[in-house]
Amino acid sequence: MMKNELKILGVVVVFTAILYWGVEPFAHTQMHKHVDGEHFAYSDLKENTKQGNVENGKTLVMGAGACTGCHGIEAVAHKAPMDAATAVSAYGVNPPDLSTAGGLYSEKFLANLIENPAHALKVEHKFDAAKGKMHPMPAFYGAGGDKAQEIADMVAFLKSIAPKEISPKDAYMDACGRCHANRYGKLDQLGQTPTFKSETDTLKHKVAVLEYQDKLKAYMGKLPPDLSIIIRARSEHFLETFVENPQSQLEGTSMPRVGLSAQGFEKVKAYLTQTGDPSKPAREAIGPWVLLFTLVFTVLAYLWKKSMWKDH
Amino acid sequence: MAHFEKASSITEWLDQRLAITTVKKVMALEYWIPKNINFLWAMGMVLAFTFALLTISGIFLLMYYQPNVDTAFDSVNYTIMSEVGFGWLWRHIHGVAASVVFLVIYIHMFTGIYYGSYKKGREMIWLSGMLLFVVFSAEAFSGYMLPWGQMSYWAGMVITNLFEGFSPDIAGGIMNAPGLVEWIRGDYVPGQAFLSRFFMLHVLLLPLVIMGLIGLHFAALRIPHVNNQDGEEFDYQEAAKLYKEGKTKESKVIPFQPVFLSKDVFVLGVYLIFFFYLVFYHFNFAMDPVNFDPADGLKTPAHIYPEWYFLWSYEILRPFPKDPGLIAFGFAQVAFFLLPFLDKSDTVAPANRRGLFKYWFWIMIVDMIVLTVMGKLPPTGIWNHIGLVAAVVFIALFVALPWVTKNENRA
Repeated sequence: MMKNELKILGVVVVFTAILYWGVEPFAHTQMHKHVDGEHFAYSDLKENTKQGNVENGKTLVMGAGACTGCHGIEAVAHKAPMDAATAVSAYGVNPPDLSTAGGLYSEKFLANLIENPAHALKVEHKFDAAKGKMHPMPAFYGAGGDKAQEIADMVAFLKSIAPKEISPKDAYMDACGRCHANRYGKLDQLGQTPTFKSETDTLKHKVAVLEYQDKLKAYMGKLPPDLSIIIRARSEHFLETFVENPQSQLEGTSMPRVGLSAQGFEKVKAYLTQTGDPSKPAREAIGPWVLLFTLVFTVLAYLWKKSMWKDH
Repeated sequence: MAHFEKASSITEWLDQRLAITTVKKVMALEYWIPKNINFLWAMGMVLAFTFALLTISGIFLLMYYQPNVDTAFDSVNYTIMSEVGFGWLWRHIHGVAASVVFLVIYIHMFTGIYYGSYKKGREMIWLSGMLLFVVFSAEAFSGYMLPWGQMSYWAGMVITNLFEGFSPDIAGGIMNAPGLVEWIRGDYVPGQAFLSRFFMLHVLLLPLVIMGLIGLHFAALRIPHVNNQDGEEFDYQEAAKLYKEGKTKESKVIPFQPVFLSKDVFVLGVYLIFFFYLVFYHFNFAMDPVNFDPADGLKTPAHIYPEWYFLWSYEILRPFPKDPGLIAFGFAQVAFFLLPFLDKSDTVAPANRRGLFKYWFWIMIVDMIVLTVMGKLPPTGIWNHIGLVAAVVFIALFVALPWVTKNENRA
């Protein structure tokens, strides 16, 4: 009798498993383009083997490198020359504050970015200098010395000023937040959405955000999507390979390569999980107890069944 | 007016007015179930329990869900998932149960087909069950619209488009229904009117119909009795008499309560381990990632597919050109209803003891699985060909059934 039941269960389980495999893992391999990640190695970019000098780097970044003409660096008390609204009008996109850059982005990526932004960002299909379409960030042509050495110095300086600990939220705001809103995290493209006492101020802020978004739309072609719940809308593998190289998943997209280091990406992912899947910690805490309950329930039910069927 | 004596206990008081002792006897203590059954006979209880889970979790979700195209998505994904205490748990239970309930329905259905429990007096059990399947499908579809994500919107678009009917040049346009799609949607495209009416269907009308049909389904069991593992026909009164005399070993029946119930509850326990494992650790199959993008009428997703339990019938529509596809799809919807009438055999027995029907059954199962998988894959290249063959096989199986089963009577 028992053997018969197990045999039937086996048949049910096997058919269910085949069905599941077909409509889930197998179907997904057929529906989505497979992209191999390289875990933020950026192997297509040039290697810079020079040892950077922080002091020289500081002089270059704050001076001849001309970074501070557009970028703020709050870590060294340098304010951005323009506010977000003015900057987005001037450049199409708001240049980031560089305080955390050395902590979030890959060293290799930063070096290549300074030398040739459109190439490092993988937006050469949009910005082709030969056709007169310049990337808003000019390439660094050298400050008179060994260019590779100067670049290494600047990267070394950025790394030296980056905070030891960057919170997931800050990582997200610096890496993604200037283009992507996150309404569940109460973030818009201008930063944390403030709460105002008067409706006039609320609407004024809303208008400022909308105006910023219009400029961004003109620059990007469309408004970059809100990322509140993207962690559940895309697979982890997709997000990782997309952030690593947007073109690999979506050819022709105007989204630039972000250039995060592996640790930087983990930070961003942690924030996306906070806003998109906030129940994860509770789920993991309660799950084992619920399963234990059902297990005990089943054992007791089995004993009841045995005693009931004893004389039948 | 009837004469009432003063009651000496609450039970007696209720008994005088509601005859609870008799009800209990008829419904449970002396509701006789055959003893020769396996765990598949507990699927009815598993379904009833899952429906209860869906109802209870649905009530909690209903307290916070907002049926408005501007706020529906965030009311589900933000309010319920992060602001409401345990909102996420109710949502995961609701989403996973909605998917798993169909797995159990299919197991329940194929059990009925395998053991021949749809014929010789059991036709109404089968037909009421199939009606339940149809209304559950409508319930699942309407519920899928509510989070107002990309897949809600586009699946809503594709499925309502089916009501356009045949091409206008077929039979002078008699089967073409201009305006019907718009009438169903209440708009040219899915919008507020569409969301509101599917909300009403999902939380009111369809659950009411389901509850009524469950009553009918149970009532339909009363006269023909539950089938058993061997399809054996026996005298229930005699078996019940033996049981009541204490000859429980000799009797072929057991009472619903507590003997049958004890086994049901054990099977339910095993099922709940599986179910809550899915709720906590493996829910993505039931909550499609595409639906976590808000509905956007200007952006068609790369792949539009229904939930897994609709895929087999979707794949009977898809490989054909429009008009033949609609006919094939219509056939797929009624095929299982016709089963008791297409099966010409008088034998009630497990499929493996029934001549050609044995092969028919297993080919049908395999074909359903092939159709389901092909229904999800992109309809290109080899997948489309396999899908077409499987769809033709499905139709052929049901057309051939009378001849497959006719010869059994001669043996």
